[in-house]
Amino acid sequence: MTDAAKTPVEASDAAEAAHPLDHPVRGFVAANRAPLGTLAVLVVMMAIFIAASPQVFLEWNIYRSVLTTLPVALFLVVPLVFVVTAGEIDLSFPATMGFSAWMFALVVQAGFSPYLGLAAAIATGALLGFLVGALVVYFRLSSLIATLGMNFMLRGLIQIATQGKSIALLSLTQSSVKSVFSGILVGVPTQMFWALAFVMFASLLFNRNQFGAHVKIVGDNPDSAQQMGIDVNLVRVKAFVFVGLGAALAGFFSTMINVTWWPTSGDGYLLPALASVFVGGTPTWGGVGTVGGGAIGALIVSFIQTGIVGAGLSGFYVQFFNGLIIILSLIGHRWNQIRYR
Amino acid sequence: MAQRLIELRNITKSFGRVYALGGVNLSVDAGEVVGLIGDNGAGKSTLIKILAGVVKPTSGEILVRGEPVHGWSAARSREAGIETVFQDRALAVQQSIVRNIFMGCELKGPLGWLDTAREAREAERLMREIGFTSKVFTPRSIVGQLSGGERQGVAIARAIYRQADLIVLDEPTTALSITETNKVFHFVRQVRESGRSIVFIGHNIHHVYGIADRFVVLDRGKMELEAKRADVPSAEALISFMEDVAKPNRPGDPGLSETKAAP
Repeated sequence: MTDAAKTPVEASDAAEAAHPLDHPVRGFVAANRAPLGTLAVLVVMMAIFIAASPQVFLEWNIYRSVLTTLPVALFLVVPLVFVVTAGEIDLSFPATMGFSAWMFALVVQAGFSPYLGLAAAIATGALLGFLVGALVVYFRLSSLIATLGMNFMLRGLIQIATQGKSIALLSLTQSSVKSVFSGILVGVPTQMFWALAFVMFASLLFNRNQFGAHVKIVGDNPDSAQQMGIDVNLVRVKAFVFVGLGAALAGFFSTMINVTWWPTSGDGYLLPALASVFVGGTPTWGGVGTVGGGAIGALIVSFIQTGIVGAGLSGFYVQFFNGLIIILSLIGHRWNQIRYR
Repeated sequence: MAQRLIELRNITKSFGRVYALGGVNLSVDAGEVVGLIGDNGAGKSTLIKILAGVVKPTSGEILVRGEPVHGWSAARSREAGIETVFQDRALAVQQSIVRNIFMGCELKGPLGWLDTAREAREAERLMREIGFTSKVFTPRSIVGQLSGGERQGVAIARAIYRQADLIVLDEPTTALSITETNKVFHFVRQVRESGRSIVFIGHNIHHVYGIADRFVVLDRGKMELEAKRADVPSAEALISFMEDVAKPNRPGDPGLSETKAAP
């Protein structure tokens, strides 16, 4: 074959290892545009807060108060990234969170070990996640509407069964679980360490595991995934089960922090958790997502409320700034995200 | 003579009372490129879906390496070493080249943890094998950044990774520029040199003429011509034959029809 006959795809040997993706910094930036963008939003927001009221934001107290409740949000937001990346949505997680935490509370109230209660909560979360997922996937329902229905139905069941009564679990304060799961370690609430471990595990699952790879492919091109032998429905159901597991952990930690279970447990997280996913840089169309971005998104959403009140503005401003930050982040990500179809 | 890889004998397919295929014979030998030509509705897609096992023929016989196979299915087709690259739904375009090549067959350790280093090495080897390398992208590049011809390269590399002996390309050069078409031709030649076979489907006769060793022309579910490249003087001869076939009531076949029974 002559040189002229060689086609334009021939390689140039001289160019080996010179590719931008092989450069350590540029490769990292290219692969992490969305979470880095979210991080930039967080940094700018915090700088504004610090400038507005240094006396509040240079004290550790405000950070400790955010870190107390942030873990609950992280357990919800991170698995939601998987479901959204798989091209679905789950609005049933608040009720799953309340339901699983209810099982935990019942086990502890009955005098059993809180660790057994935790196991019961996890099993409940996984089962509910499976039911929701199977409903959506095998009955071919719209996940937006079907999971909304499940959220109402499960919450209704809780209300009917408990007649709206909460469960106080003061015995927890004397138990070792309190210091392990919601104590203080070097000035930081211990639940934060569990949540960080969860985020790191989920990030590996998303980027270095077959499950994460399949979630992305199914969200990207389900027909192609099917043809290549991936069980598309099973992958979708697994993503819903993961949300159920996260919701169970969120419910457990929320109950541990408050030492009380409320029948409304989880209700307030529906919109903030979803907002965190999208503020974090996971797009709505499926196929791509970012676990780290979602975690930073949760941090941003948690800080808006504390920050605005801390900056001396009245609570009336919270909703306005919540909305403003969400819209600005979405515009930023829109500009940042390359869409291939 | 080269080994006969697959043979479809007298395949018919009817949807209700409509015949999509009325007795088609198609055979592919090892290391050859068969060009399957026909207009829209000629039965090309039905035929390749039968070959891929996703559509069951109404009647007919399928032989793999001379042995008749019963209960033909997508799994049997894959076992026989047939990989089909469908036109629009082959690739996940927001994922990397690596993720597409190993889609559904990831290289993994315990508990599904991916062996990314081995995947990257293997992907580079596969891409080199079909002459698909460039300084513009690496195996980690996103498929959506590649051109149309390069995307066909990813799909072909995946088929080779899956041990395909026969790769069926469904309209691989439709809507591609000349440069991109040449890239696809380059990949196809590399695949042929490695002893594998290709069925190249298209309705651009110039494209098919440029790459195929043998032509099969389908029209309204019937095989109108099967000819070796040596027997067809030019793409124009093939086109005039096709135009003649397309006439509703043709008086008589032109000269090319004499080669009909060959080889």
